[in-house]
Amino acid sequence: MALIEAIDIAKHFSARRNAFGGERGVVRAVDGISFAIEQGQTLGIVGESGCGKTTTAKLVLGLEEPSGGTMRFEGRDLRTLDGAGRREYRKSIQAVFQDPYASLNPRMRIGAIIAEPLVTNEKVTADEVRARVAELLDLVGLPAHAADLFPHEFSGGQRQRIAIARALALSPKLIVLDEPVSALDVSIRAQILNLLRDLQARLGLSYLFIAHDLAAVAHMSHMIAVMYLGKIVESGEARSLARAPKHPYTEALFSAALPNHPDDRREEIILPGEVPSPINPPSGCRFHPRCPRAMPGCAEQPPALQVVGSGRVACYLYDSVETDRAAAPIAAG
Amino acid sequence: MPSAPLLQLDRLSTHYVSAQGTRIVRAVDEVSLSLNAGETLGIVGESGSGKSTLALTLLRVLPPAARIVGGRMLLDGEDLVQKSDVEMREIRGKKIAMILQDPMASLNPLFTIGNQVAEPIQVHEGARRKTAWERARALLKAVRIQSPEARVKQYPHEMSGGMRQRIVGAIGISCEPRLLIADEPTTSLDLTIQAQYLNLLRELQREHGLALIFITHNLGIVAKMCDQLAVMYAGRVVESGPVSRIFNAPTHPYTEALLNSIPRMSDPDQRLTAIDGQPPNLAALPPGCAFAPRCLQAVPRCREAAPPPFVPEEGRTARCWLAEPSVAPADQRVASGAI
Amino acid sequence: MTSLTDVLRLPSRPPRLAAVRRIRLRDYPVIPLLILGSITFVAIFANQLAPHNPEVGILSARFKPPFWVTGGSSEYLLGTDQLGRDVLSRLIFGARISMIVGFTAVIFAGAVGTALGILSGYLGGWVDQVIMRLTDTWLALPALTFAIFLAAIVGPSMWNIVIILGVTYWTRYARVIRGEVLSLKEREFVRLAIVAGCSKWTIMRRHILPNVINSAIVLGSLMLGVVIIAEATLSFLGVGVPPPQPAWGLMLADGKQGLMVGYWWLTVFPGLGIMLLVLSANLLGDWLRVKLDPQLRQL
Repeated sequence: MALIEAIDIAKHFSARRNAFGGERGVVRAVDGISFAIEQGQTLGIVGESGCGKTTTAKLVLGLEEPSGGTMRFEGRDLRTLDGAGRREYRKSIQAVFQDPYASLNPRMRIGAIIAEPLVTNEKVTADEVRARVAELLDLVGLPAHAADLFPHEFSGGQRQRIAIARALALSPKLIVLDEPVSALDVSIRAQILNLLRDLQARLGLSYLFIAHDLAAVAHMSHMIAVMYLGKIVESGEARSLARAPKHPYTEALFSAALPNHPDDRREEIILPGEVPSPINPPSGCRFHPRCPRAMPGCAEQPPALQVVGSGRVACYLYDSVETDRAAAPIAAG
Repeated sequence: MPSAPLLQLDRLSTHYVSAQGTRIVRAVDEVSLSLNAGETLGIVGESGSGKSTLALTLLRVLPPAARIVGGRMLLDGEDLVQKSDVEMREIRGKKIAMILQDPMASLNPLFTIGNQVAEPIQVHEGARRKTAWERARALLKAVRIQSPEARVKQYPHEMSGGMRQRIVGAIGISCEPRLLIADEPTTSLDLTIQAQYLNLLRELQREHGLALIFITHNLGIVAKMCDQLAVMYAGRVVESGPVSRIFNAPTHPYTEALLNSIPRMSDPDQRLTAIDGQPPNLAALPPGCAFAPRCLQAVPRCREAAPPPFVPEEGRTARCWLAEPSVAPADQRVASGAI
Repeated sequence: MTSLTDVLRLPSRPPRLAAVRRIRLRDYPVIPLLILGSITFVAIFANQLAPHNPEVGILSARFKPPFWVTGGSSEYLLGTDQLGRDVLSRLIFGARISMIVGFTAVIFAGAVGTALGILSGYLGGWVDQVIMRLTDTWLALPALTFAIFLAAIVGPSMWNIVIILGVTYWTRYARVIRGEVLSLKEREFVRLAIVAGCSKWTIMRRHILPNVINSAIVLGSLMLGVVIIAEATLSFLGVGVPPPQPAWGLMLADGKQGLMVGYWWLTVFPGLGIMLLVLSANLLGDWLRVKLDPQLRQL
């Protein structure tokens, strides 16, 4: 049973006119996606601006309510959870965000910051809190006396460690990582990514990993989902998806990823045009206006996510491939 | 006989001095580089490396607290350090242009696109408004902006990020400079837009014979776009040379560690090499080599004296005691410009 | 794991106010602090410093000029007023009134305004609408006229004036603090507090309030001058602190007639007092604004 299962989840916002006479309408930030996160595994989500990955993170965290679809936690539909159940859910899902300088309250000591989830949700004595904070600091590689200091005494990488320690305070089952290393120096990123992997192995954590650095996502994830304008266009096992992407958008995305070596020549797929606005998505397959392999039928109906090989693709190019239309979300490996 | 390099930096140093004159930060410390016409140089560094200050120094647009305290900056043989402000104004935009990371900050929200692209042409070439605007339209076309006639009358906020960055590029090349400096030009762009943009820069370079300098923390951009590479750490160039040579066989431990700390798509199971410690604090550098506290290969000598730039092979330098050849250090060869 | 000895170099001092951490002696605005300090000192030790009773005068000693003018005496250093009361003593006790009214009203207005600003900014929705419309209405009323109106209703007394001024001037706080809260709300540590399960009230108390206190303090120092002038105006108009209490505004009102006849010391000294106090408060506020929070620079 998957830890988190999203079935046809959607989130629509109503857009008002902006000051320059912009558009009015509905922003389909997330428009019917399905995915699953297994215990102890990482699901990576990649996509460009407006694809809906941040909104998806907020939906999983419970910061936003879905406009449609079902979200299941350990098999139970979230809507059927009572107060205690919801609290349980909240405690099991924590987050680490992008900006280490905005993630910590500058007026609170580190010990209080790390302990906050704990004291808010459990009845604990001061001693228990102190012990747990020391334990968490040790887990993330910081000295115990850091608990008495303030955020401004720490560098970006260290602050991110503190944010991770705090996320671990309630022994969550899933941590949502939204661009956890993009604001850090290159030489520090490896430290944090290694730490996250070690913690996953040690504690059996699941991660929802969102980043624009494809190599980092491929490195950290077991499964990857590629989003475009609110839909998942391809998903599958991370290694095979990175090695052999199927959807034209995924191909373009991975070819746009910067090489690791100057001799690493790859086929350059340059997409024309801009990423369209999520208010007025193109008809049919949302990618068809920019797709180098678009066919006449692509503009009519949006393709469904189908099993193709070891993953799933939403593309008419694979329509002839022999498999079922996926009503169920992606399963592990 | 090889032609003289377009740009040559010879032991250039820029220091920040605090108001009371007490704190000196050696933001750029004895940097020597050279770049030929039509070539692309990547300057790689993290926070505290001094790369941004180097960019400002090249254009002589330093804040009042910073001063060029030594060295030479030769553009086509002329030392820019010695130029007066008036002379520099001639050179900026015309011979050297710069594009920055945040296109929204580079464009004035109150003026039309046409106005902003035409401005350098009017200023530097004394062109009349009509001519300048025609050139502006042509430039927008060159940077692949659709319907330039309409776009030229629009304002920056009406464009997407990718388009704005291209407009900034158009402004940069408007007066046909010899050298274009791009400071983190793609950090704010989406991946596919970044690919478009880098592709465009490469084409512009080919068409106009531009020399390009990329200032970035992203080794991927260097791998894709650059011929030469200079790695900066704590204000110094710790390694420089041809890109493929350095990627294949880095000499300086920092370069090596940096290359190994980046996740590789081709090898997702690798264990990333983390570099212990924190980037250096330029105001409080340790004695000796600035990287020594974090270096796995450091020897006692590294903490005593900072290594000069050695020449491990023709065309490369490395500031590392481990690169010391059996002969005396090659300070003199570097100073004469034969990097 | 990583070693951190290199970066954790400073023993930390908790930043009680960001100001304490950043101030060095040579950065102090010396003159405003000196003036404010002296006036505060005088206000505190008024009983010991004033040579005479400020409220009772000897009629035979009326209209004596300051001691350096012919006709003056060293017993009444700055002269006497129409009831023979010592101007210097009245000035000293008046300082106390100005300071008490000024500080208390500012703190009261600040508390109310900050609280409303936080509620309005953080809770949003109808709470925000109601509070903002209330603020708009309040601001539409001319402050001083409103204060006079209130004073006429509740009757003059020092503490009534404090309350009236507090109630009149809270709006500026509410607006500014609300703006800050709106941007603070989007900061990631607030989002993380929500993810951790904190209630709205806990977040406002633990995360929002400590981060807006600096702005409230800066605003307070800027409002001090406004409030002191307001009090002086109210007293001048006769609806502020009631006689025989020696409020500076009252002294100005009383001394007004004396100006025609050349009894300048009755108005010049309290006038100077008001001017110095307000000027120092404003200068201090300006300096605090720049020091504590660069984002407030455009205020």
